[in-house]
Amino acid sequence: MASVESSPLNELRGRSGPLGAALDPVVLLLVAAAIALLVGCLRSAFFAQLTVEGLGLGAVYGGLALALVLVYRATHVINFAQGELAMATTYVAYQLMQWGFSYWEAFVATLAIAFVLGTVLQLAVIRPVQHRSVIAAVIVTVGLFILIDGVVNWIWGGNFKFMRSPFGTASFRVGGVTIQHLYVGMIGVVLACVVLVWALFRFTKLGLGMRAAALRPAAAAFVGVRVEWMLTLGWGLAAVLGAVAGLMAEPSQLFLTPTLMQQILVYAFAAAVLGGLESPAGAVVGGLAIGVFLTLVVGYVSAIGAELQLPVAFAVLLAILLVKPSGLFGKREVKRV
Amino acid sequence: MSALLELEGVEARYGPVTALRGVDLRVDEGEVVAVLGANGAGKTTLLRAISSTVRRSGGIRFGGNEIRRRSPEAAARLGIAHVPEGRGTFVELTVAENLRLGAYTRRGPLKDDFARVHSYFPWLEDRARQQAGTLSGGEQQMLALARAVMQRPRLFLLDEPSLGLAPLLVAEIFRIVAELNEREGATVLVAEQNANAALQTAGRAYVLEVGRVVLSGGSDDLRADDSVRRTYLGY
Repeated sequence: MASVESSPLNELRGRSGPLGAALDPVVLLLVAAAIALLVGCLRSAFFAQLTVEGLGLGAVYGGLALALVLVYRATHVINFAQGELAMATTYVAYQLMQWGFSYWEAFVATLAIAFVLGTVLQLAVIRPVQHRSVIAAVIVTVGLFILIDGVVNWIWGGNFKFMRSPFGTASFRVGGVTIQHLYVGMIGVVLACVVLVWALFRFTKLGLGMRAAALRPAAAAFVGVRVEWMLTLGWGLAAVLGAVAGLMAEPSQLFLTPTLMQQILVYAFAAAVLGGLESPAGAVVGGLAIGVFLTLVVGYVSAIGAELQLPVAFAVLLAILLVKPSGLFGKREVKRV
Repeated sequence: MSALLELEGVEARYGPVTALRGVDLRVDEGEVVAVLGANGAGKTTLLRAISSTVRRSGGIRFGGNEIRRRSPEAAARLGIAHVPEGRGTFVELTVAENLRLGAYTRRGPLKDDFARVHSYFPWLEDRARQQAGTLSGGEQQMLALARAVMQRPRLFLLDEPSLGLAPLLVAEIFRIVAELNEREGATVLVAEQNANAALQTAGRAYVLEVGRVVLSGGSDDLRADDSVRRTYLGY
């Protein structure tokens, strides 16, 4: 019987499973883009510098986009307050450093506080309305945006704050290219956190339960997964990723202000949509792509200064929604009945 | 034999529609019991009431205790493995992940559980890393049953396992149910439209019509009953 079951056709079906089938053209596209970037970097130091900067900023966009995707995938709620939450936790880190903690002590403590903040907000204001409708929960997140903004302004005021940079202002040279430690650090820290989150989902029972709860809540309940708690945990995890994005975004902005994450949230939306909204890997790849694209456009097209960066991001968002609404890694139904 | 599951005057409604009207039912430890009935007779609602997936009134005792915490998660943790109609397979996850989810509420290594499941479903072993969505309908139904076996439940609730499957696969699924019952004394409550297949495996059965139990008894007696024969067996 086993020999019949594992016919060559089945083998083929098995291998072109979740990724293979959907990825092929997309992978080719990404590889081509990576090669183009590499060639550009080898030919021009200016291009290389912009690319590294773009990857650093893109990692931040990808981190915040991943937070958006984690919440969206589980509940189909777009959390408009994700950026403001990240901004608020950055202020928490600032306060901790004012009180004398070192940067990395404050970093770790902030992530813990972000987790608690995320879960408490979900329990207090999202869970009560979630069962009524998705749109109600989305509107609540818009309210949260305004609330968090107000609270931060009330506690810390709207004027500029200076935060120590975790990576200093030093730089190193590779070939003829000057690379700031900052951008390499941003990429490293965000991607390390992304890998940790991926490992949690991929290798732990808790992660399996969270995925099950997000994919099929009803069926997950039948095997004893506490679906509601998984959604709460998801919010906590998203807040942690947002906090990492906020902390890594801050040094690139010179000052800490309450508007820290507002533009970045738009870039993160663009990144999430580019990645297909439901795909964690897509969010990160989308973030890196948007970061590099915007930095190159602003660097080379003199007509588009830094001021026009946001409209360009918006145009990208619109273009994706018009041309390929399912994004790069958008979900393809693989259901055979 | 002691009663594992006892229902007394169970009622359930969806808005203004009453789906169950005063259902009494009993399943003993180690029994396979079928619930027969046409589409819309209330079979699915009955299973959902037992796993606390729908609101209901009336008494449901499981293992001698009234079910108090009414959520499907709590029912699963009590030892009720509900395999819903349409299987509830996690099509996006791999076969192995689907099985691991069956053992979600337990700690410790799963090696013995996997071995046990593979003794009933040998072909699953080769498919461990395959995405569940690429399995055929019959294979997905077996995977759902295998996931329930991983739960080591005290009671299996199977909702229409034959739905949309070829006769050969239906027979195979009921053969495995019978084997589970013989080898491990598994207790099973199975809702079926396919009365023929269900009555061959079940020792007793209840017949539901518009939310009411209209007939119950041993499978042989029901098969001999003229009205059952005409309405549900079709000869």
